[in-house]
Formats: sequence, structure tokens, C-alpha cells
Amino acid sequence: MRQILINLARPFVARPMTAFGVLFLLTIVVFAALSPWIAPFPPDQIDPVNRLQPPGVGHLLGTDHFGRDTFSRIVYGARLALLIGIGVVVFALATGVPIGVLSALFPRLGVVLMRMVDVLMSFPSLLLALGLIVILGQGVFNAILAIGLIYLTTTARIVYGLALRLKAEPFVEAARSSGAGTWWIVTRHILPNMISPLLVQASFVFAFAQLGAASLDFLGLGAPPDIPSWGNMLAESRIYITRASWLLLWPGLMIVLTAFSLNLVGDALRDRMDPRFRELMRK
Amino acid sequence: MGPYILRRTGAAIATLIAASVIIFAFIHLIPGDPVYVMLGDAATPDQVEELRERMGLNEPLVVQYLIWAGNALQGDLGQSIFFETPVTQVIAEGAETSILLALITMFWIVAFGIPVGVLAAMRQGTWVDQGLSGLAMLLASVPTFWVGLYLILTFAAGLGWFPSSGYPSIFEEGGLSNLRYLVLPSLALAAPNAALILRLTRASMLDVAREDYVRTARAKGIPPYRVVLRHILRNALLAVVSAFGFTFAALISEAVVTETVFALPGIGRTVVQSILRRDYPVIQGVVLVIVCLYLVINLIVDLSYRLLDPRVELE
Amino acid sequence: MLNVENLVVSLRSGIPIVRNVSFRIEPGEILALVGESGSGKSLTSLALMGLLPPSIAITGGRITLDGAEITHLAPHQRVRRGCGKVAMIFQEPMTSLNPVLRIGEQIEEAIRMHDPDSVPAERALELLDMVRIPDAAHQLRAYPHELSGGMRQRVMIAIALACRPEILIADEPTTALDVTVQRQVLGLIRDLCERLGVGVLFITHDLGVVAQLSERVAVMYAGVLVETADVVPLFRAPLHPYTAGLMACLPDPDSDEPHMATIPGSAPRADAIPDGCPFAPRCPRAQSVCRSGTLPLVRGAEGQAARCHFPLTEGALA
Repeated sequence: MRQILINLARPFVARPMTAFGVLFLLTIVVFAALSPWIAPFPPDQIDPVNRLQPPGVGHLLGTDHFGRDTFSRIVYGARLALLIGIGVVVFALATGVPIGVLSALFPRLGVVLMRMVDVLMSFPSLLLALGLIVILGQGVFNAILAIGLIYLTTTARIVYGLALRLKAEPFVEAARSSGAGTWWIVTRHILPNMISPLLVQASFVFAFAQLGAASLDFLGLGAPPDIPSWGNMLAESRIYITRASWLLLWPGLMIVLTAFSLNLVGDALRDRMDPRFRELMRK
Repeated sequence: MGPYILRRTGAAIATLIAASVIIFAFIHLIPGDPVYVMLGDAATPDQVEELRERMGLNEPLVVQYLIWAGNALQGDLGQSIFFETPVTQVIAEGAETSILLALITMFWIVAFGIPVGVLAAMRQGTWVDQGLSGLAMLLASVPTFWVGLYLILTFAAGLGWFPSSGYPSIFEEGGLSNLRYLVLPSLALAAPNAALILRLTRASMLDVAREDYVRTARAKGIPPYRVVLRHILRNALLAVVSAFGFTFAALISEAVVTETVFALPGIGRTVVQSILRRDYPVIQGVVLVIVCLYLVINLIVDLSYRLLDPRVELE
Repeated sequence: MLNVENLVVSLRSGIPIVRNVSFRIEPGEILALVGESGSGKSLTSLALMGLLPPSIAITGGRITLDGAEITHLAPHQRVRRGCGKVAMIFQEPMTSLNPVLRIGEQIEEAIRMHDPDSVPAERALELLDMVRIPDAAHQLRAYPHELSGGMRQRVMIAIALACRPEILIADEPTTALDVTVQRQVLGLIRDLCERLGVGVLFITHDLGVVAQLSERVAVMYAGVLVETADVVPLFRAPLHPYTAGLMACLPDPDSDEPHMATIPGSAPRADAIPDGCPFAPRCPRAQSVCRSGTLPLVRGAEGQAARCHFPLTEGALA
């Protein structure tokens, strides 16, 4: 048992920054799972007497213009951050992987599908997301779809490149010539070999989903205003920043550190990955 | 080179046509009658009939698309519902701000991202490199609007060095000194992108430094700084140049937010406001123009990459 | 004259990769350094060039060229101090030239460093003629990818000669080339060595090439020189069992059957070199005395020498 723990800890001792990233992400997960127990106040409890309180004893991180407790809203905001991150990653992988793999296996279909991906990529990502929000309407689920659509394209491209490479590997050629079916090759040879690059891609997508969601929130087109999200907290505090700069600091730091931690983890995973695939994952 | 340009341009045009179909379809994908979608529920029957007529909404969809695309080709992107002026005019009004913002931002990106990336690569493994690489990753994780708000808080509200918002044209009173309005926005916009270029420059310098021909250059006895400039940097920049198309796309996305933060009268803010105002012809027009621009810039990046690298055959 | 005395090259972690290597090369002489990949021969050559990667350093011994010590000097420092020069051509002609610079620019760059009084364009033309590149004026404007492997290796030799070297190191310069091109490049190297009086360190794993090219041979195994000798006595009667093993691996021209002898086992990794004789675990003659302590230097006739307890021919103990 002790040996297992030591082995698990080894990569993080060698890279203290990555250890920090993992610890921070664990904190976010704990915040999200145990919000009602960690947060001292309900996130939407209004207290007009104590508006714009600086950080102090009663309110650890101060209060906003409605007198809501910033720390409590930060803790509850972790829920949305995780929801958006996981949602976008699941959507991007669930769509991008089949598109990429099918395109690699069936070149004729691939020409069409990858061309469509190219077309989607010719739209600046935020405009694509905004367009989808306009069509679908505002909401958390639609924000996930809108941001997911952006990473559908990048994921499909990367998976396509990986699958093409794997398809040309001797062990896949061998399986094919010994009569293995397409389904067998995909599930036994192609997908298992993609797991580590996909993990890397997932951590980067998770990171950029945070930034995308924050931008949507900031423009007033993300999560509805009654939901405590870090982006909404920033958007609402905007006009008070000269009077209450802490309102800008805490939610911003949470977004930055979450994205930063995920990038650190993604980088660490990439460095441990098969070097042949590394160049494909560089952005 | 000729046939390559033709083929590459053909592909870009095909992409543009496909993108224009999506942009056209946008109006019809919004739930509701397109006319009411565009005019709002308070439209008078006269307005409704006039718009129906103008957009050819009684025709089949294909014909509608052809009318719309034909008009766009002739420089008619329709009429803004909010401003009641041609969309092209709305775009033209925001163009100066957005183009200048993009140029100044690009300047910061090149002026900081590349030299600092070279420095980090040359000090690989030292605390200088670790500090710079860590800083770059941190900057790449920061939302531009947050940086923008802090810049406003510090340099506009606090120190009063730069104005906090707005931008009067350089052709109006103040002339070129009006560019100071764009300093903070361009810095906010440049931060994450310069960080990406820094990381890319560093990684690509280190890749090239391992090449055999760099060892050949060292063996000649030329001084280390010349090995870096003439042999490593020159090859490393090829990879960086090819990333500029991607950087441009990222810039446009983030400019939408940055222009909103700094209340700049640019195209990006126009898009956001048009979404909130449901001024759909403006959204369509702006997106179409941006996609065109993106494709043209990518074409240029692609061709210049091929010109810079003699190995790529231009058959 | 290049003189290497007790050269030790180590990893930054302290593990020695090249141990106590000594040899000398006279002007106009070709010394072949023979060994399997991983035996330390390439690192020895990079150490002579002053081009060791940052993680590896010279930790003992000295290198002198015409009396001047160059042990820890990088090439550009040698230029600045005006000491004698070592130039090098590498194994991979396909990747050893900068892909975005014309051939002419790459040669002239070396000329400007080492021959400031000459006209670079004229000298470059002269060098290309010297390495027998046809249509030299035209080729100066070519990019590396437009040339064949053999032509590129000639360009590499021209660049090396542009440095006006006293010593030329050739690190397996023909392994990546076709057989006919190989012979031409080898002929060129021997010819230049004779004509210009340049000393050559020729690194190879191929004893067959050695027999055609050089006068003297040094055999390297696991970072140690196990035997040095003139070519003729070495082929007639090797002293060290490893040298004998290498020769047994050569195809026998008199025999019809394909001959594929190998030495059993494999060379030790740099971080796991055994005590005593590094070849002992694979050596058919090894006894317990071989597995620890220092090895005796055995001298044969005509300057032949080996480090071995049980040499194949009785030599005189030094």
C-alpha cells in the first residue's frame, strides 16, 4: 500500500507545479460536492445592509452589491465550473471521436466530414458559440452545446490525425490482413491506443471550456444570472470594480487557477505520452 | 506556384460558400417566422410585407439563398434593423477600431512572444526558462476580459495613464494620439496570444536546436549567437508563422469580448450588441466578412510559409 | 599532430562513458576507430570537436593539437584563439545541412570564419571542385533537398575543408549511402588526406571499410580502447578476443555459404559496465581474474597493443 502511494506521488514530487494543479482541482471537486456544508451562507441570500463589504471576519471574501457572500458563491460556482467542463469534454469526445475515426477509416466519407469540420473552423470560435446560443436560447445546457461545438472540431481533427497514423501501424495492418473486421480493429487497436492523447486533449478542452464559459457569462449570454457562476460574478461586479476590487479578484482567480491547473495536468500528461503523437497535440 | 495558388484559392472559396450557407441558414434556424425574428413582434404589416419582398421570402429557400449571396457579392449585405442603415455601413464604422486594435495587438504578440520565447529556449532548464514558461502558461489561462478589467483598474482608474474606455477615430480631433485609447485593450488582447506564441517559439527552437544541421553550424566555429539567429531561429520561425492563422482566429474571438470591456466602437462589440438587439442582418453580415477575412489571412499565411521553406514543392 | 591522453567523458550524473582513451594522429594519417554502436566512438569524436551536448562533459585527460591544448574549447573558441582546427563530417548527410540555406551560403559561412582573406564565392567554387562536385557554380545556388545523399556528403566535406582543418573527423560518413557512392566518398577522403596532409579520424563499425582505407586501427568496446594496431598485423593476428570476434563476423569471400557469425550476448549499457574487463561476460577466454582489477597492456609486434589477460597471440607484457 505504501509503495503504491509512493509510486502515485512520484510524478508530482518531480513536478511541484503539477502537484499544485492536482490539489487545486481536488479542492474544486470538494467545493462542488460539499457546497452546502462548506459555504457559510446560501449563495443567493441577499443582505442589503451588508452590501459591498470588504473581505473580513463575517464574510471571508467580502460581499457583492446585493450583500451576497462572495465565498459562498465561489463555492457554489465550482458546481457550474465542473458541470460545464465535464459537459463540454463529454460532448466534444462523443462527437469528435466518431467523426475522426470514421473519417480515417473511410476516406471518401472522411473527405466530406473533414471538409465540414474545416468549414466550422473558419468561424471564430466565440462567434460560432454565440450563433448557436442565439438559435438555441440562453441556458447552461445550451452553453455546453455551444462551447462543445467549438471543441468538436479540434477534437475531430486530432482524432483523425491519430487514427490515420494508427491505421498505418504494422500491428493494425497485421490485424487487417488476418481478417479482423473494422469494428474489431477500432475497438481493439485504434481506440485503446488513443486513450492517452485523448486524456491530454480532454484536459485542454476542460481548461478552455472554463474560459469560453466565462466569456459567454461576461457577455450576458451564458448561464442565467440567477445561477452563481464565476463568470456571472465577474460580469455583475464589473461596474463596482473601483469600489470593491475584491469582487473582481476572487472569481477571476478561480477561473484562472482552474484553467491553469488543467493546463499543467495536460502538459504533464503530454510529456509522459508516446513521443510519436506529441507533435499532433501541440497547439 | 501558380497551380498551387489556384488550388488553394479554390478550396478557400469552397469553404466560403459552405460557410455562407450556414450563415444564411442561421436566420431560418432561429425558431419563428424569419420576418418576425428580424423585425420583432411589434412590426407593422407594412414593414413585414416590405421585408418579405426584399428578402424574397416567398421564394423557395434555394432562390432566397441565391438572392442573398448575389447581393452579398455586389456588396449589399442587407439593412440593419436597429440602425436602419446598410449593414456594410455599420461594418465600415467599426472597421477602423477593429483593424487598428488587431494590428497593435499583433505588434505586441510578435514583439514579446517571439523574443521572449527565444530567450526561454536559450536558457532551457534554468529558472529563467521555468519562470517564463510558467508565466506563459498562466497568461494563456487568463480570460482576456479579466486582464482588461485589471488593466482598467490599475492604469486607467488608478494611475490615470490611459483612458479606460471608448476610442475616437484618429481622423478626428487628437489624431494619432487617439491611439492611446487602444493601448490597454491591445495589451489585454495580446496577453494570452503572446503567451501561446511564446510557448510555440520556445518549443520549436528546442526542436530545431536538436537538428543535425545545427551541430554542423557549431562545428564550423561560428559564434553561438549567430548559430541561434541564422540557423535555429530561422527554421523555428517557420512553425511559428504557420500558427499565425490560428492566432488570428483566436484574436477575433477575444476581440469581441475585449471591445465590450473597453466599450470600443469596433466590429466585435457591434456583433454582441446586435445579438442582444436581435439585429440579425448585422450579425450575418459581420460573420460573413470575418469568415472571408479569416480565409484570406490563412491563404496568405499558407503561401508565405511555402515561400519561406524551400523544401516545400510548389508544383 | 593530434594527441589524446587518457580522455574521460562522463554523463553529468558522473557515470563515465568513455574511459582513459589515448591515441595520436599524425598529419596525413588515417586512424580508424572501430566499435559497435554505443561503444563511445561518436562521443569521443564530439569530445574532440568540443561539441558534446550539455548533459555530457570531458571529466579527465587532455586533448592537444600541435602542442596547444584544446580540451575544453568549443569550435568558436578555437577560432577566436587561433589554435589548430578539427573539422567533422557526420553520419547523416540528409539532415546535416540547413534546409533553408543555399549550399553556397553554408560553405561561405565557414570560409568567412576560417579564411577571412579569401573571396568566399571563389573559394567555395574551388572547394566544390576539390570534392569533385560537377557543375559547381550551379550547385552553389541549390538547396540541400535538391541534392542526392552522396552529393550532400561531398558538400559536408567541402564545408569541413573550408575550416582549413589539421584533423578531419569522419563519423560513419558512408553508412547512409549507396554502395557505389560509398566507394567514391571513401576514395575522396583518402585522396584529400594525402593531398592536403590532413590527419583523419575515421569512425566506423565496419571492419571491411577499415581494411580499404586506413593504416592504423583502434578498437573500442564499452568506452575503452581494447586494441590498437596497424591494419596488416591486426587482420593477420588480432590480440584481443573482441577484435577477433568482430573479424569473425566479416563475410568470408572464399566461402559460398552465407556466413553470419555473431558475438554472443550484447554490449553493456553505459550505466552498467562491469568491473575489470568490460568484455569479460561475452568473452570465450574469460576467467575469474578478468572480472576485477586493472587489465594488463599487452604489446605485439609493429606497435600492436591490447588490454587483455589472455590475448590470442602471446605478446610481451608491457
